[in-house]
Amino acid sequence: MKAFTVLDGIVAPMDRANVDTDMIIPKQFLKSIKRSGFGPNLFDELRYLDEGQPGRDNSQRPLNPSFPLNQPRYQGAEILLARENFGCGSSREHAPWALEDYGFSCVIAPSFADIFFNNCFKNGILPIVLPAAKVAELFAAMYADEGYKLKIDLPAQTVITPAGESIPFEVDEFRKHCLVNGLDDIGLTLQDADDIRAYESKLMTTSPWLFREHIA
Amino acid sequence: MAGQDKKGQTLYDKLWAAHLVKERDDGTALLYIDRHLVHEVTSPQAFEGLRLAGRSPWRVTANLATPDHNVPTEAVERSGGVEAIADEVSRIQVRTLDENCSEFGITEFSINDVRQGIVHVVGPEQGATLPGMTVVCGDSHTATHGALGALAHGIGTSEVEHVLATQCLIQKKSKNMLVRVDGELGPGVTAKDVVLAIIGKIGTAGGTGYAIEFGGEVIRKLSMEGRMTICNMAIEGGARVGMVAVDDITLDYVNGRPFAPSAAEWDEAVKYWRTLHSDDDAVFDATVVLNGADILPQVTWGTSPEMVLPINGIVPSPNDYTDPAKRSGCERALEYMGLKAGQAITDIKLDRVFIGSCTNSRIEDLREAAAVVRGKKVAANVKEALVVPGSGLVKKQAEAEGLDKIFIEAGLLWREPGCSMCLAMNADKLGAGEHCASTSNRNFEGRQGFGGRTHLVSPAMAAAAAVAGHFVDVRDWI
Repeated sequence: MKAFTVLDGIVAPMDRANVDTDMIIPKQFLKSIKRSGFGPNLFDELRYLDEGQPGRDNSQRPLNPSFPLNQPRYQGAEILLARENFGCGSSREHAPWALEDYGFSCVIAPSFADIFFNNCFKNGILPIVLPAAKVAELFAAMYADEGYKLKIDLPAQTVITPAGESIPFEVDEFRKHCLVNGLDDIGLTLQDADDIRAYESKLMTTSPWLFREHIA
Repeated sequence: MAGQDKKGQTLYDKLWAAHLVKERDDGTALLYIDRHLVHEVTSPQAFEGLRLAGRSPWRVTANLATPDHNVPTEAVERSGGVEAIADEVSRIQVRTLDENCSEFGITEFSINDVRQGIVHVVGPEQGATLPGMTVVCGDSHTATHGALGALAHGIGTSEVEHVLATQCLIQKKSKNMLVRVDGELGPGVTAKDVVLAIIGKIGTAGGTGYAIEFGGEVIRKLSMEGRMTICNMAIEGGARVGMVAVDDITLDYVNGRPFAPSAAEWDEAVKYWRTLHSDDDAVFDATVVLNGADILPQVTWGTSPEMVLPINGIVPSPNDYTDPAKRSGCERALEYMGLKAGQAITDIKLDRVFIGSCTNSRIEDLREAAAVVRGKKVAANVKEALVVPGSGLVKKQAEAEGLDKIFIEAGLLWREPGCSMCLAMNADKLGAGEHCASTSNRNFEGRQGFGGRTHLVSPAMAAAAAVAGHFVDVRDWI
């Protein structure tokens, strides 16, 4: 996983509440057996005027001009500013894969759905929860200022605005450690293999029915 | 465990504590996973990750796989197996699951095995998910299995790989929420109406950060199928985990299933399972109470499951909301759904009907729907009404009871098992602008097809809507 330390990036808006993962990446693209290549279909139904299909040349499709990511001012955006309950619905990790593939490394919102929030950290994306009023301020500042950028300092746990305001945010210590160092969870968990084996052997005694072989 | 001062525990506290491998200094915990269910959509990248890292599954028999999201439901296409799937990308994905399961030695109920079906129908049906287990799957509707008194939740693909490789997940404990439904349900009101009413009350993010236990007299009287319907939609209220305490209904359901323990092992298991309920003095961080008698048949009108009304309701106006986010959400939903503020729910005309999904495709759901359409005909304005059983075994049982004939005579289509039009990854989908009465779980924009308009309802309400051609109060029909 790529590491995340400090990011200074253009901010783009996703200005509606309850953005679900079907909206982030529609189901027809979930048929891929790869982890990459979802970026061109991020927010597909909002971004294009026609229905997208896997394997289609997206550069030939009609764009929805009112969708922010199609506007010149938001090109190259790396930070997505969003509203309440971002990422609700399906557990598809294709949602953070699509965000990451497009170029986003950070999503700021007043709240996130649990599974999506968790999936972000596994893919080098930092989801930041800020108070709704603060997010509203950032929306206003971003709309007022073309090319609006924010600096995200993960080690210091701050969002720094162009005006120099430093906004602190919370992040789980373990997740921060993994993001900053680009660590793979599995390798870390396997360091505890002896504990897992010890737990398992106890379980075999107390709940042997959990270890019955499958009936093929 | 003899501490006299020990505070009462919730069901979730007990399940959590029983699976704790270790707590780390940073506040995270390593939780052991008893059962991992696998399907074709969220697993290929996880298996690829294992291969790239040279890892193998930690405990291969903890995994059980079946293809469900992509499989065609038309008998002709289905009869040819994987290689006959017309959509090439779907075919590759289903074939990849077969190849991965065979490479890693994972038990799979493949496309035309009678035990194949929607993973959340198959697990309980086989006794592969049991009370007291931790159950995960790369699918947000995994909370379904919590109906058995299990700790079950959806995970992403990185976690699928993590569970395959380590049999554990890195977790943080959620808060406890009790949703209690007191009293009794009126006739014609079902588990689906209860869970939609709950989501209407707490909102689509109301359960975020919580594990929800569903309790109260109404839940206690529900069948296992009904409890699964309720736990299934916990995620639509924001909670990853939904659960119901173990009781005689649970044990009767589990007893005798292929993967369930038997003989002396059964007795031993039951002794433990009987403890799987919240203590009388358990403390919940939040409690929500509904009265069963107040719940009417529910219909969603908008593009989020919380946008729900009783059948006698009228479509709201953006002006009904003071919160600007809710107001603009309502405006956008009305536009997408092609509805007008003030319109009666019963005036919404349907183009299609879908009876199926991990929420409502079990035998009891099909019986309820069949009882409504028996001897009647699908309305002329309904282009297609699909009935998609949740598994091969549900299909077989329904056919043994003659339900298939009732549906077919009424003009509904009887299909092969799978997720089908719940998320339209196969050929079953809505056209743009079409209204669908659907027994599934999500009414998001485009969920059932590009531009499609989904209304979530119970199987009985969907069946009645199929016959009437618009929404009707099923209580008038029984």
